[in-house]
Amino acid sequence: MKHLLSIADLDPQEITSILDTAVSMHEVQDRQVKKLPTLRGRTIINFFFEDSTRTRASFEIAGKWMSADTINLTGKGTSVSKGESLRDTVLTIDAMGVDMMIIRHPASGAPAQIADWVDCSIVNAGDGTHEHPSQALLDAYTLRRALGDLAGRHVAIVGDLTHSRVLRSNLLCLRALGAHVTLVAPPTLMPSGVTSWAAADGFDVSYDLDDVLPRVDAVMMLRVQRERMSGGYFPTAREYAVTYGLTPRRLGLLQDHAVICHPGPMNRGLEISADAADAARSLVLDQVSAGVAVRMSILYHLLAGEGDAQ
Amino acid sequence: MSPAREPETAPPPQPPDHGGREVLASDDIRRALKRIAHEILEGNKGHADLVLLGIPTRGVPLAHRLAEAVEAVEGTTVPVGSLDITMYRDDLRTQPTRAPEPMSVPRGGIDGKVVVLVDDVLYSGRTVRAALDSLADLGRPSAVRLAVLVDRGHRELPIRADYVGKNLPTSRAERVMVRLQDLDGVEGVWIA
Repeated sequence: MKHLLSIADLDPQEITSILDTAVSMHEVQDRQVKKLPTLRGRTIINFFFEDSTRTRASFEIAGKWMSADTINLTGKGTSVSKGESLRDTVLTIDAMGVDMMIIRHPASGAPAQIADWVDCSIVNAGDGTHEHPSQALLDAYTLRRALGDLAGRHVAIVGDLTHSRVLRSNLLCLRALGAHVTLVAPPTLMPSGVTSWAAADGFDVSYDLDDVLPRVDAVMMLRVQRERMSGGYFPTAREYAVTYGLTPRRLGLLQDHAVICHPGPMNRGLEISADAADAARSLVLDQVSAGVAVRMSILYHLLAGEGDAQ
Repeated sequence: MSPAREPETAPPPQPPDHGGREVLASDDIRRALKRIAHEILEGNKGHADLVLLGIPTRGVPLAHRLAEAVEAVEGTTVPVGSLDITMYRDDLRTQPTRAPEPMSVPRGGIDGKVVVLVDDVLYSGRTVRAALDSLADLGRPSAVRLAVLVDRGHRELPIRADYVGKNLPTSRAERVMVRLQDLDGVEGVWIA
């Protein structure tokens, strides 16, 4: 495994191996000395062309805790803002001898295109509305810790599905691990052609959140991405919150063991109420904590070894 | 660079290859561990501050058996843990990646303790070097000792065992195979 561009590139065994390794990595977070020598002498560039808090910080921490030299670059601070093409910029970085670039880009497919241009490893840290594989892996890791084996578990993914790269990666990841997935969204935020997609990939689609919530083991609320919206996808924020938000009333519809996830950042009061975000069953901060461990595991699997994983 | 660990050429559970010569039977292993337990207690002047850390895979069950042997002599339990050294190996770039084993450090930690590292085979010494690096990141033991079931020689680093079940002269071409009932369904040490 040289690149991580899409969850579709991983088979269930590879996903499980990454999650299993993350268990060991998670233990490092509780140590006084948070440092492993595993990637000493490796150089990793975090190249973010979009704003990010969790992903960028956790990839940087993951690299540093594994003793790699990590450098952060943003699109605004590079020659891209002077008119240099993306290709020339990444070839320039690659020519410096880096081992890995972690790419966040607003254009879907940009990391895969860059992987064709350069020699170093590429990790997709979120590309447009396409995929966000490391987020899906950390979500699966968090759910696995809370619920055990995900095979046969029922997960609802709710919210702005049209613009969500997290949805695409999570759907692939959860299905690979044997979970049953139901997508819930207003019709305007449901991806086009979802019915045939669902029939082919074996997941459900619903427009009624109240009907789905009592049957799930986990509910994953997705952020309403206003920055990617150009039209009127719903009349008002208030109406969206009432119809598709995880309100205090809907919390009561969940089974006792059911958990709540949100990849962040959260729009409190829109897709998720403060009661739900701060509930004991909310795994939002567990996801953040798991993010570092899972990303350490990803770096290890991509950079540490030669040949096929054992 | 040669792999740091010898017996990992065959994943458990697997009976030894046909044609291997048995050098330790199940009873020999039991007696060796009993003797090592006595030597540990003698060297440490009792069980105070002892912590046994097994190096996965087969060092872990061996550490638990040593703890049982110590308990049989002293009538007290000794903390046992496991110390995975995967992330500290110096041959990561030349070997396929593999998932680390779970790491467990006893509740009392290792600061100020006498840590006895337990492994099945001592060969190049690189595994032990990695274990010492890993220990340094976990705390500061007052002393670190090394107990191994088999010392097959061919050291590449200035490392020696404090407690040895059996010294086994080998050539580099030979393979030493340790099998334990708990993991492999068969028990003994073979050389081939």
